[in-house]
Amino acid sequence: MISFVIPFFWGIVLSFCKFTNITNADFVGFQNYIEAFTVDSYFMDSFWFTLAFTVVSVITINVIAFALALCLTKGVLGTNIFRTIFFMPNLIGGIVLGYIWQLIINGVLGIWGVNITTNANYGFWGLVILMNWQNAGYMMIIYIAAIQNIPTDMLEAASIDGAGYWRTLFKIIIPSVMPSITICLFMTITNGFKLYDQNLALTAGNPGRQTEMMAMNIFNTFFTRNAYFAQGVGQAKAVVFTIIVAAIALTQLGITRKKEVEN
Amino acid sequence: MRKALLTVMALLLVSTMLFAGGDKEAASSASASSGAKTEIYFLNFKPEVADVYTNVVKPAFEAENPEYTLKVETAASNQYASTLRAEMAKAAPPVIFQVNGPVGIVDNVNDVAELKNTDFYKLLGDKSMALSVGNTEVAAIPYAVEGYGIIYNQDIMDRYFKLADPVVKSMDEVKSFDTLKKLVEDMTKKKNALGIQGVFASTSFAPGNDWRWQTHLFNMPLYAEMIQDDPNANPILTATTAATEFDFDFAPQYKQIFDLYLNNSTTEKGMLGSKSVDDSMAEFALGQAAMVQNGNWGASQILGLQGNKVAPEDIKFLPLYVGLAGEENQGLDVGTENYLVINKNASEAAQKGADVFLTWLFSSPTGKQIVNNDLGFITPFNSFSADEMPSDPLAAEVVRWMNMDGITSVPWTFAGIPSEEWKNAFGAELLKYINGTSSWDDVVSVAQTEWAKEAQIAGRK
Repeated sequence: MISFVIPFFWGIVLSFCKFTNITNADFVGFQNYIEAFTVDSYFMDSFWFTLAFTVVSVITINVIAFALALCLTKGVLGTNIFRTIFFMPNLIGGIVLGYIWQLIINGVLGIWGVNITTNANYGFWGLVILMNWQNAGYMMIIYIAAIQNIPTDMLEAASIDGAGYWRTLFKIIIPSVMPSITICLFMTITNGFKLYDQNLALTAGNPGRQTEMMAMNIFNTFFTRNAYFAQGVGQAKAVVFTIIVAAIALTQLGITRKKEVEN
Repeated sequence: MRKALLTVMALLLVSTMLFAGGDKEAASSASASSGAKTEIYFLNFKPEVADVYTNVVKPAFEAENPEYTLKVETAASNQYASTLRAEMAKAAPPVIFQVNGPVGIVDNVNDVAELKNTDFYKLLGDKSMALSVGNTEVAAIPYAVEGYGIIYNQDIMDRYFKLADPVVKSMDEVKSFDTLKKLVEDMTKKKNALGIQGVFASTSFAPGNDWRWQTHLFNMPLYAEMIQDDPNANPILTATTAATEFDFDFAPQYKQIFDLYLNNSTTEKGMLGSKSVDDSMAEFALGQAAMVQNGNWGASQILGLQGNKVAPEDIKFLPLYVGLAGEENQGLDVGTENYLVINKNASEAAQKGADVFLTWLFSSPTGKQIVNNDLGFITPFNSFSADEMPSDPLAAEVVRWMNMDGITSVPWTFAGIPSEEWKNAFGAELLKYINGTSSWDDVVSVAQTEWAKEAQIAGRK
């Protein structure tokens, strides 16, 4: 508890200071917070980029993961092999994946004589593809566990009552797996916001910081200007970032929790 | 059951950490008790010579100076600033560390010791090269001078001169941008006959690999403008470090050489965003390109590459002819970004030790031999005579150009660029220009507005 709380509060205190190292901090009030938004527009740009990326990747990852889970709970031959294969990308580190996908994407784009840093859109969709590839399998496992837990008598009762496939899906399966949806949404949203490794390895923010996400923007803030000016600003950005992520994640938890039904 | 298992595992983890820590402690206190040696902790900037420090310098120094132990740590490439900040906050901070110039030293204004009375400072030949900051008169001392320009492959050039109708007959005739342009464009026409893929190696723009353009090549228009604004400024770096505005008066010159690189390259423009400096150096080493802009530190990248096709005696330097007035008398871009600082927060004994170590390294016979043969530094110290110079071909070329009659080297002024942020913004805009998403006017205006903004943030008045 102490090892968590002390650095956390020290971090907040430092966001109100200008300092070169933590022993010589000068209190400056909200100046860092103002400079975080006024010195350049990169922080807000990275916020919008991160938000767009998170929205797109949360939807695609969860839809793909859920679809895979549905397919792989039908008891078809080879189910376990497929589950293993889809889960495997999750075991590879983000930096490695980033470089591998950079090679693949540049290889494909190379046919047209361009590469991933030619246009910010390429970087955006490259990141979406990468995150889907890495995370869909993990979320799939969670959904599979939930789907397998749905009591079969409920499904049988539904089919006896004459419910079709889509009706069963929306009225029985999805409501029953709501707790898993809560946890999967929570994980994909926070993963999306906190993304750093993959971002660094795939584009490193190029072209011209247009694919720079919030975590990377904060890191870069620390080291691209003189320390006395920059470190406090970076610290302030980190506090803002924490508040944004916490607010969004808690709102999402609140909304989806309400939809969960008691089994 | 599960809880018990977790507890055991947690205990194990904690105990390994404790014992690992205890082990180190025991080792260091043992060495301290056996003669009370003073430890000199040097945070090295150059990863390419990290092994030399630990394998050659450390044993040699400790053998000749038994009262000291030398500890050399090396930061990973591009991680020096963050490593230094982390190390400085520790209980046993580095005693000797490096700053990259007048802009970088400001970050460490509270840590710099006064070096005016050290033996190390007495070795410095040109005292104006040392840096001051705040109230510290001599805060940082340069230890390695480097030079850059256009590296060319003499073997490919000779092949070109033997083809029918060469526009020039030897490299000695190339003394201006116009001649260089004619030569390069003619070589591009004949690239199949020459067996090369392009005259220039890739203009690398992968993330973190654009410093040859946004910093080094940019030195040419920056220097030209600074000397135009203040012809008597000496050193010119001081004027640059104070400059609140930058007009980019020599943007056309920058553009024409940049375009020459792009249009006569091994690589098409759209692919440059994924090319690294290593890629460019490899293209040169494999004989796919005849020229590459880089400095003498690149020699090991050429000669050390597996499958290298360039002989050491074929690696030559040409100055960066960008079309400035009087450029026939212009030499290579020579300067330094390597300054050593002694940490005033270290113990008195360690600071003394740092002076002893640096003086030993750059003036004792053993030290000088290591500097020449293993570290390969061209030093600015008067303890080195004219024939005591590093042996690699590019360093020898730098020395040859520096000593040529009637040739004046271009000093490094880029250390006066107000912040890394400026370099990033300028580099990003150059990449957009290459990709056709920005015009040249955008590049110029970014260079101007960002300079004004960053200079203000850096506190220039």
